[in-house]
Amino acid sequence: MEQREIVVIGGGPAGLSAALQAAHSGARVTIIEGEKRLGGQLIKQTHMFFGSHKQHAGTRGIDIATLLENELRALPNVEIILGATVLGYYYEDGALTIEDHEAFRLMIPKRLIVASGASEKFLAFPNNDLPGVYGAGAVQTLMNVYGVKPAQRVLMIGAGNIGLIVSYQLLQAGVEVAAVLEAAPQISGYLVHASKILRLGVPILTRHSIKEALGKHTVEGAIIHRLDDRWQPVPHSEQQITCDTICLAVGLSPLCDLLWQAGCAMQYIAELGGYVALRDEGMQTSVPGIYVAGDAAGVEEASAAMVEGSLAGLSAALSLGYNSPADEELTAELRQQLDDLRAGPGGAKIRSGLEKLHPTADNPKEVT
Amino acid sequence: MDNVPPDDTIICRCSDVTRAELRAWIAHGLTSMDELKRLTRITMGPCQGRTCRHLVMQELAAVTGQPLEELTPSSFRQPLKGITLGAVADWVAKEKQEKEV
Repeated sequence: MEQREIVVIGGGPAGLSAALQAAHSGARVTIIEGEKRLGGQLIKQTHMFFGSHKQHAGTRGIDIATLLENELRALPNVEIILGATVLGYYYEDGALTIEDHEAFRLMIPKRLIVASGASEKFLAFPNNDLPGVYGAGAVQTLMNVYGVKPAQRVLMIGAGNIGLIVSYQLLQAGVEVAAVLEAAPQISGYLVHASKILRLGVPILTRHSIKEALGKHTVEGAIIHRLDDRWQPVPHSEQQITCDTICLAVGLSPLCDLLWQAGCAMQYIAELGGYVALRDEGMQTSVPGIYVAGDAAGVEEASAAMVEGSLAGLSAALSLGYNSPADEELTAELRQQLDDLRAGPGGAKIRSGLEKLHPTADNPKEVT
Repeated sequence: MDNVPPDDTIICRCSDVTRAELRAWIAHGLTSMDELKRLTRITMGPCQGRTCRHLVMQELAAVTGQPLEELTPSSFRQPLKGITLGAVADWVAKEKQEKEV
């Protein structure tokens, strides 16, 4: 059994920022990441970030990962564990079980920050189990992490930012994109990303969805159809598309398995991607000592994930007595940064989701 | 419900559970995620529900009329990923040795 002060689960933008802030506050921090390198989704992001310079706007995602990693590695009070997966949380004794390079470990942290990210949503349609049906994030990993050209001709389902950005990166990798389908009446991602692929001649078909995948052993094509105002298929609107890969970019779900195991009060909020943990302003859940940040706290984007991570790291360290006169000002500044990132029409969905979230104190839930 | 794909559509691809199978169990009166999990093995495969949980919940909500936000997802058991008994046994032996020292 190993004792730790603060354990951060997940080495993506939220986890890195949480670890950095907690370590800057003076706490001893252990960060556990399942992959062989830190950065999470940032390492696949070749595009430059928007938003504020405080969250590295104008820098490519992969370079932000390196910046944060270098900063973290320079700190003496940080332990980095790579290639290890947390297997479970046991609320009876606050223990984490971990698989670390095929060995078993048991760790008891004083404070836990869950920054485990999100998983890709799947769709139900006939033949969705054919090889060649992928999550868009998986295809992005194949291309940008492993250098594998994943397809010859892709049909992308979903015109949110992930669908648009991965379509553009597929084109950059020399893959044809047959079309991007969007069930909603309008493109839901940023128009700057949509314009890039429209200029290259890729049609974005709004009010369209996939009816079925075609193929015997692998994907050979798809039947698509148009949707009416009530999201019902328009009769006789079917079209056949030839493709060898179908990419699903239909949203993400927060990965909350450990928070459920800990008995955190949870609430289903569609705008945040599914079930999320109730939390206070310092990102502490209904279970004292357990914090949440980033997509695990509600699907948003990397800039907000970094700020939430910093807030969680700061409050976890504070609760252990690591305080400084500047904390109050820093907390206020981080909250202001979150408000700024969520301001405007782009943040409407997140704002509406967060408004529905009950305050932690109002909804105590028994551990089951 | 006319946009519901045909019944042989796979909802859980770890355990090859189709929409028809799920609907048959729901018609038998299994209207909670945990009951469906125990009988069909949804959310118990290698993906631990990361692919199917949401689809099964949508299916349950559509058939029973329960709002999605009122459904309780099936329980999240440890371990979240497979580990060999050997690895756990090695750890137990090591802990025992350390206590003896």
